[in-house]
Amino acid sequence: MSAVETLLLVSAILGLLTGLSVVVLSLTWLERKFLGRIQMRIGPMRVGPFGLLQPVADAVKLMAKEDLLSSWVDRVVYWVAPLVVFVPTFMIWVTIPITRDLVIRNLDMGLFYIIALSVLSIVGLVTAGWASSNKYAVLGGFRAAAQLISYEIPLILAVLGVAMLAQSLNLENVVNSQGAFSYALIQPLGLVIFFVAGLAELGRTPFDIHPAESEVVGGPFVEYSGAHWAVFFLAEYINTFAIAALTVLLFFGGWLFPGLPGDVSGLGVLVFLIKTYLVILVIFWVRGTYPRLRIDQLMSLGWKVLVPLAFVNVVITSVYLFYGWPAWSLSLMSLAILGTAVWEISRRMRTAPTPEYTVRLYVPSSEASSAG
Amino acid sequence: MSTEGQLDTIQMMVNMGPQHPSTHGVFRMVLWVDGERVVDLEPHIGYLHRGSEKLCEGELYAQIVTLFDRLDYISNLNNEMLFCRAVEKLMGLEVPERAEYIRVILCELNRVASHLLFFGTFGIDAGAMTPIMYAFRDREKIQTMFEAVTGARMMHNFIRIGGVKSDVPEDFGQRMRVLLREIRQGIDETDRLLSFSEIFLARTKGIGVIDAETAITYGMSGPVLRACGVPMDVRKDEPYSVYDRFDFGIPIGEKGDSWDRYYIRVEEMRQSMRIIEQALEQIPDGPTITPTRLVLRPPQGEVYVRGENPRGEIGVYLVSNGADRPYRVKVRPPSFCNLMALKELLKDTYVADAVVILGSLDIVLGEVDR
Amino acid sequence: MAERHRQEETPQAPVALDDRGHALELLLPEVLAEFQPEVGAVVDLVVAIVKPQDVPAICKLAKEDPRLSFDYLMCLCVVDYVEHLQVVYHLYSTTMKHMMVLKANVSPEKPSLPSVTSMWAGADWYERESHDLFGVAFEGHPNMAPLLLYEGFEGYPGRRDYEMPEYREW
Repeated sequence: MSAVETLLLVSAILGLLTGLSVVVLSLTWLERKFLGRIQMRIGPMRVGPFGLLQPVADAVKLMAKEDLLSSWVDRVVYWVAPLVVFVPTFMIWVTIPITRDLVIRNLDMGLFYIIALSVLSIVGLVTAGWASSNKYAVLGGFRAAAQLISYEIPLILAVLGVAMLAQSLNLENVVNSQGAFSYALIQPLGLVIFFVAGLAELGRTPFDIHPAESEVVGGPFVEYSGAHWAVFFLAEYINTFAIAALTVLLFFGGWLFPGLPGDVSGLGVLVFLIKTYLVILVIFWVRGTYPRLRIDQLMSLGWKVLVPLAFVNVVITSVYLFYGWPAWSLSLMSLAILGTAVWEISRRMRTAPTPEYTVRLYVPSSEASSAG
Repeated sequence: MSTEGQLDTIQMMVNMGPQHPSTHGVFRMVLWVDGERVVDLEPHIGYLHRGSEKLCEGELYAQIVTLFDRLDYISNLNNEMLFCRAVEKLMGLEVPERAEYIRVILCELNRVASHLLFFGTFGIDAGAMTPIMYAFRDREKIQTMFEAVTGARMMHNFIRIGGVKSDVPEDFGQRMRVLLREIRQGIDETDRLLSFSEIFLARTKGIGVIDAETAITYGMSGPVLRACGVPMDVRKDEPYSVYDRFDFGIPIGEKGDSWDRYYIRVEEMRQSMRIIEQALEQIPDGPTITPTRLVLRPPQGEVYVRGENPRGEIGVYLVSNGADRPYRVKVRPPSFCNLMALKELLKDTYVADAVVILGSLDIVLGEVDR
Repeated sequence: MAERHRQEETPQAPVALDDRGHALELLLPEVLAEFQPEVGAVVDLVVAIVKPQDVPAICKLAKEDPRLSFDYLMCLCVVDYVEHLQVVYHLYSTTMKHMMVLKANVSPEKPSLPSVTSMWAGADWYERESHDLFGVAFEGHPNMAPLLLYEGFEGYPGRRDYEMPEYREW
């Protein structure tokens, strides 16, 4: 590579780092404001107008905190674990296109590269739990390992479904082939599986059992404070943005909007960002609404519901491709299977067709009272 | 410890220590877990023991009302009423009707406030972080009403021996009706959010089941016992004050699990509001306290008085030897008895369930430790 | 002088039993005849004073006899009357809805009586608490560790002769 190319590459990576940091800062602000509004309060208001400088205040606070380490931690592993979590999350972004031709390196096997790297962060979480030499951290680390590894499978299968439709693993091709209809319309089952598995991969409610605050008080992160924790925090938000970006690219047509050219000169970046932020708002909305699943229920959901559904998704996609049926046939099959699964789950939890009340009102007859 | 074909495992001791976000006060649970399953449990209480019963022996009867405020610090007015009833029974004191109605209205409002707090904290235990905000919004409204009537948001010291301290404000009835309407809407909203959410059902249905016989042997009471199907409620079994004039029901569960305990409290809130509405219509005019001497000397004797707290059945055993201070005051706290069965309830459950079950018992350490 | 004068005139709270109480007052001497209880009434409750060693047998009878069926232990406490310690049991029946009080006097030097945890599991913590605060030993209790006080606490704070420690700054 010539010197100019190297320079361009380095500046692109630095630009990506800066862009991601700004995005993460905006995400923390957005989350707190949005959750606040859901919970009938207004969120941060004091630091800057509408609390816009709150993320900066948070970052300054985290950097300035004292680094407390108990004497039993395994120092080397303790220091390395956050990096093992953070670096792969960042490396994923090298292949994610923001708009047509705006990507650092568009790999032909982009999706494969992304999936492979996202698995690496799991090692970091587990070692973080172990190195902290704290029973809560170890418990959290076990839970994280089980959960994250299990949910990789539906994630990969959902991505496979999309790759089959687009006949390519290259992310730009995937977006371009959604010119007519976005894959959300054609493969709603795939979208739901990807979104749910993605939420589980992020460790967000309802799947946040491993950093569950009311039980294991932070899980693998409990002994990390200050700048170390900031790295985990950064990794989590970059991951959130990555999953949302992937959802948009794979299922919602990326930067495409009917009528717009969608390249750098056009409003491609804006469309992409708006779509991604809308998906992120849905992720925050889910966080504010649902309680969390217990670890065994989480595993049941993953293995007994999502994995079979993901396989069925792949099967019906291949049937559709093999027989060359029209696109709406796949939508119909997809929706039918999704509807059946949701109905069946509701039926088992006794909320459908009507909620089951096991509490009734008892009015004792008046002669049962004992006053004299 | 390994059997053929199984891995060698050791049990890990997890200390959910006095400081923990979900132990509802300074309560320590030492769990022995095998992976994620709880194998053994040892509860440790006594971190909040203030010697209240001994303190009562050194105070005048009028001063003890403040001590009772601080026992179960969430349902203050119910405790005050209990103690005042005990002294009035011992002395044979008649309380004016208007005072009785005011007492009932405030106690039932306190029950709603206490159950709202349970609502919020139980949501947090299960992982939902929104219901607590809604519940506390409504609780704030109730505490503002308490401030208007009694002068304090908590620790009211309002129900005195012989009646209540002072009359309610003039626009009380109208403000209460507005408040009740708003709280009803709030409860319905939060109920819609949480009660039948599939994830919440998965977390609480079938968790921490206890059958009626075991519950009675342990001396459990209140929503915990009613969830097992036993219709025991002091307000219906031995109606005190003016409870026999109201038309209300008591919610009973079928399964004895955490969801039943939770939903009974939601329904109890609705029934309490029914009682308050009827009381607001029936309340007569008249004096609000029977004047007594400041330094009371009840006759020699002893009484045991039962009351229905939001947590269960509270009892006070008052022994007097004719002096101006009691000889012995013993409080029978509902949370104390409910907590005794924790080991039974947590047999063979997950660590995450331990938190949910403890939350569904709704204990307050102030009255467990006294 | 005024003290003794007041003591002579200490009024007693009047006894007012309801129907259930009257029925119970007649029933108890009959059912517990072999233990020769002293049955009386205080304000609105029927009281039976028995010997400490008979307590488990009486409780068993109270729980299992269909006319009594006291299946619920309301409260178990200890009152320190200086010459003796009195252990008080409040029993309630969920089916017949009546309540009685069972009392047993033990000596303050070596207070001990059998435990009733085999009858009602809910007596467990009450007995531990009474042991902590008053020093009453309950024979046959599964786990007599301190409940409300810390290990190594000296003295029995519930007793009337307990010296309150002097206030001191830490």
